[in-house]
Amino acid sequence: MENVLQQIGIDQYIYLAILLFCIGAFGILYRRNAIVMFMSIEIMLNAANLLLVAFSTYHEDANGQVFVFFTMAVAAAEVAIGLAILVAIYRNIGSIDIDKLKKLKG
Amino acid sequence: MSTTILLLTLIFPLVGTLINGFWGKHLSKKVSGTIATLAIAASFVTSCLFFAYIQDGEPVKVVLFEWMKFNYFSIDFGFYFDQLAALWLMFITGIGTLIHLYSTSYMSHDENFSKFFTYLNFFVFFMLILVTGSNLAMMFIGWEGVGLCSYLLIGFWYKNQDYNNAAKKAFIMNRIGDLGFLVGIFVTGYLFHTLDFIELKEQSFLAPTLGIATMAFFIAATGKSAQLPLYTWLPDAMAGPTPVSALIHAATMVTAGIFMITRLNFLFDLTPDVQHIIAIIGAVTSLVAATIALVQNDIKKVLAYSTVSQLGLMFLALGLGAYEVAVFHVITHAFFKACLFLGSGSVIHAVGGEQDMRHMGGLKKHMKITYATFFISTLAISGFPPLSGFFSKDEILLTAFHHNTVLWVVASLASILTAFYMFRLLFLTFSNKFRGTEEQEHHLHESPSAMTMPLIILAVLAAVGGLISIPGSSWLNEFLKPVIKNSATLHHHELGTTEYLLMGLAVVGALIGLMVAYFKYIKNKQVPVNDNNVSGLQKLFANKYYLDEIYMLIIVNPLNFFGSFFKKQIDGLINGVVLSFGRVPSELSYQGKKAQNGNIGLYLFAFVIGVCGLLYYLFMCY
Amino acid sequence: MNCIIILLIYVLGAVATLASNSKNAAKIALVTSLINAVIALVLTGEYLNGNDISFTQQWISNPNISLSFVVDGLSLTMLLLTTLLLPIIILASFNTLYSKANQLYSLVLFMAFAMAGTFLAQDGLVYYIFWELALLPIFFIGLLWGSDEWKVRKRVMVTFFMYTFAGSLFMLAAFAYLYTLTGSFAWSDLSKAVLSTKEANYIFLAFFLAYGIKIPVFPFHTWQANTYEKSPTIGTMLLSGIMLKMGVYSILRWQMPIAGNVSENILKTVIIFCIIGIIYASLIALRSNNLKRLLAYSSMAHVGLVAAGAYVGNSTGYQGAIIQMVGHGFVMVGLFYLADIISKRYDTYEIKEMGGIRSQAPKFTTFFLIILFASIGLPGTFGFIGEFTLLFALSEKELLYAVFAGTSIILGAYYMLKMFQNAVLGSTQNKVFAEVTTKEYFVLAVICVVLIGLGIYPKLLTDLFIQ
Repeated sequence: MENVLQQIGIDQYIYLAILLFCIGAFGILYRRNAIVMFMSIEIMLNAANLLLVAFSTYHEDANGQVFVFFTMAVAAAEVAIGLAILVAIYRNIGSIDIDKLKKLKG
Repeated sequence: MSTTILLLTLIFPLVGTLINGFWGKHLSKKVSGTIATLAIAASFVTSCLFFAYIQDGEPVKVVLFEWMKFNYFSIDFGFYFDQLAALWLMFITGIGTLIHLYSTSYMSHDENFSKFFTYLNFFVFFMLILVTGSNLAMMFIGWEGVGLCSYLLIGFWYKNQDYNNAAKKAFIMNRIGDLGFLVGIFVTGYLFHTLDFIELKEQSFLAPTLGIATMAFFIAATGKSAQLPLYTWLPDAMAGPTPVSALIHAATMVTAGIFMITRLNFLFDLTPDVQHIIAIIGAVTSLVAATIALVQNDIKKVLAYSTVSQLGLMFLALGLGAYEVAVFHVITHAFFKACLFLGSGSVIHAVGGEQDMRHMGGLKKHMKITYATFFISTLAISGFPPLSGFFSKDEILLTAFHHNTVLWVVASLASILTAFYMFRLLFLTFSNKFRGTEEQEHHLHESPSAMTMPLIILAVLAAVGGLISIPGSSWLNEFLKPVIKNSATLHHHELGTTEYLLMGLAVVGALIGLMVAYFKYIKNKQVPVNDNNVSGLQKLFANKYYLDEIYMLIIVNPLNFFGSFFKKQIDGLINGVVLSFGRVPSELSYQGKKAQNGNIGLYLFAFVIGVCGLLYYLFMCY
Repeated sequence: MNCIIILLIYVLGAVATLASNSKNAAKIALVTSLINAVIALVLTGEYLNGNDISFTQQWISNPNISLSFVVDGLSLTMLLLTTLLLPIIILASFNTLYSKANQLYSLVLFMAFAMAGTFLAQDGLVYYIFWELALLPIFFIGLLWGSDEWKVRKRVMVTFFMYTFAGSLFMLAAFAYLYTLTGSFAWSDLSKAVLSTKEANYIFLAFFLAYGIKIPVFPFHTWQANTYEKSPTIGTMLLSGIMLKMGVYSILRWQMPIAGNVSENILKTVIIFCIIGIIYASLIALRSNNLKRLLAYSSMAHVGLVAAGAYVGNSTGYQGAIIQMVGHGFVMVGLFYLADIISKRYDTYEIKEMGGIRSQAPKFTTFFLIILFASIGLPGTFGFIGEFTLLFALSEKELLYAVFAGTSIILGAYYMLKMFQNAVLGSTQNKVFAEVTTKEYFVLAVICVVLIGLGIYPKLLTDLFIQ
């Protein structure tokens, strides 16, 4: 099988991953809606996944792709719990704006 | 000589103490007084036995057990009975018995009668340990023990806080000296690896630090024997009952310093510089105290300063290396001063507790025995021949003259003043008319025989006591020969023209003192004015050279000031520093807490910045 | 018999006391402490006969820690002090009815257990554990049964706890470092460790922080007076009578043998600080109006001398420190008991409000006098033997040390007699001061007999540790 990387090149994957990660990071910093922040986190996670897959292929080592499955499983679990928490918060204070969630201060 | 008998000398007073201490409350005054007196009398008997034995016997050393042990020497709990101890044993127990007898009558109205005798017996016990201890540490037991008893007895009337102050002062001033004693012990032990007198006498040698030891011992002596600069407690100590003043603060305890220096004569002989200091301090003290005594109006205070002055003369003799002369004066002084004190007690007893001579006078008619004994003793202390004081004082003056004329002049001046103030005391008290209240005059009476008996005996001794060391053939000098290491230097004054001349001068001086007092107080019937109205030198004397005030200013007040300063400022400061170790983390945490404001956006921002920083560090620095 | 029995009995006693009700607690505690006192005496006899009474058992192999309790002259003396003083302390506390007495006496016994363990342990880490363990009970005793408002008391006790605890951590660090050098915590190995002067200096200072605070040495003393004042009398007695001896004991057992190679300058500085502390504490005692605080500062002055003697490091200092630890233990318990008796009758610790006791209670006054003069080192009492030996040790090192430290005998006489004069003498007050009861008489008589007996025949005790 011809390697996908010979057609596009590893750098492009890295640039894409960086771009995705930055989008996610800025999303988290900029947006105040908890759900949007969640989505941003997922984007960052996927950027990492993308890199893992890309390097896995590059090194011709399947370990990286195995890790991606773990990551996706953890991410799914995280989303499930995270959304459940958000629902609980919304029921309590009627908002998911993180600026209003300051009860945990020291 | 059986050691049991020797130890019994010590045990009798202790038994007396214990009986009176534990069961005194249940005994009648008569029984309790008798037991105490008998205890000392028994001690006197054994002392006499020993005294007879030691005339041509060997000294006895009794070691009971090892008391303390250090890696290079040990200290025994032991006693050493020799000629020097024998002399002191004799007059401690002898005069002690008389004073106990006197006290049974003098204190008969006191509610704490048995306690008084407990303390008095206890004092004798410690005094005997002091003189018989076989080493310096044993001597120190007695040294501090008599201090304790002195404290208890000065403050015997404990409800009066002034008396308690006097007691406290006596103890603390003595403790200053005691520190000197300890330092002396340490240096001696360190140098010679022994504290035992016999071994010290054989093994001592001149070491560079020996001077520190002898100086320290001398400081100890200035405390106990009331010399400059530590004498101020003795006049205050007159707050105690008069028999106490006679026994402790005149006849026995205050001579402990002289005893100690005589005991250690071989050390002092090695350090002539310290001896000079002793001589000078002694002479100065005798003059200073005599001048103060000139203007005192309290009968006991005059005697107290006179004691200080006489002790000064003894130290002068010690400083000149004439130990046996000092010992001689100790003995004669014990006789006449005890007699004087007891006589003054008898007077105070008669006039109902009054101690101010300005309110006495004319007692001659009412108290014949007291007057007679008092008169003899006054003659003795003033140095009229052939009474005991003449011989002992004259030997001191002769010794001083042979060493240093200045010291002789100072000492002679002190003796002339002594004659003056003693006759002033005598005339003011016994001559002319009674100046007290009518009621007092009505009660004037001679004291009971329990009080006059001791007076008579002491007066006799004061008269003939000089015989033990008359110039030319001195029994005392021979007796003390084994005690004093450089016995070759024992002072045998050849009685030449100079000596007779000096004796004559001394007697003339005493006569001058007598005459001045006679003209002033009998012919002109002067009575001293109130303390507030005196001026000039008199004022200086009356205020005791302001020594108490100076001590207050330069020692006591600074101590109190620093105490308060440490308590309020420094302790607070240190505490603040300590607590600040707790406060710093607490304050940091308080500030750090503010960053945790619960704003997730801020947390995330900090997180991202942090990660960026880490990445930057990783990539740029490696 | 084995020395570990003492520890076991204390623990059993503590449990039994806790399980009992308030009424019987004190009696159970007293019986326990008496049993242990007897056992300690039996042990002493066996030790003198040359029997082996030590106990060693591997505990953890890596790191190498063993439960090792070895008895020698030093630890036996301290064990005797603890076991003999404890019944006196407990008996002395019978004057006061404490609430929840079962908990209190359980803590007391537990503390005795920890202190006895500290004195016996020969393994550095086990010793450290016991050292810290002793802190817990006294903290709670002071906190729960102390005087004054809860808030004030809490602050005082927490300061005390944190301060001493913080100091001890440096000691732990020192032990950890020594372990890396020798691979063992055992005293026999540690004392043989060869340290360079620099290492010895650091180890010495680390130990000094722990012991200097515990003893306390100037300027680490500020916790003391407050803690003594706020603690109940039984706590104060435990603190001053036994616990602060742990510090001096540790100097003799651990600090000097291990870090004896310390530079002379540091040693001198420490001794000088001890001596400053003596004078400093004496002067403060002079100005103290509260009887308990005065006694606290007088205790500090005395212990400063003990510490100075211990740091001199020669055999005289060693034996002087041990002697004076025992003497000081009995004297302080006696003095605090006297203060307690006065405060029970007059309901105050303020010296100004006392006075006029002597005319009402001559026996009490006599006891007071004896213990007071023992505390200022009058010859013939045990206090003198200790003070004399310690000052002599200092003079061997440097005469001036002895002179300055010796001022304590002057200042000590000054503040104690001043206190005595104001508290006991003087004219009779309106307040009634009852004569000592039989129980009080017994306790005070025992203390006085010990002080005078050992003062005249100290070999009874000193033969244990002087060869």
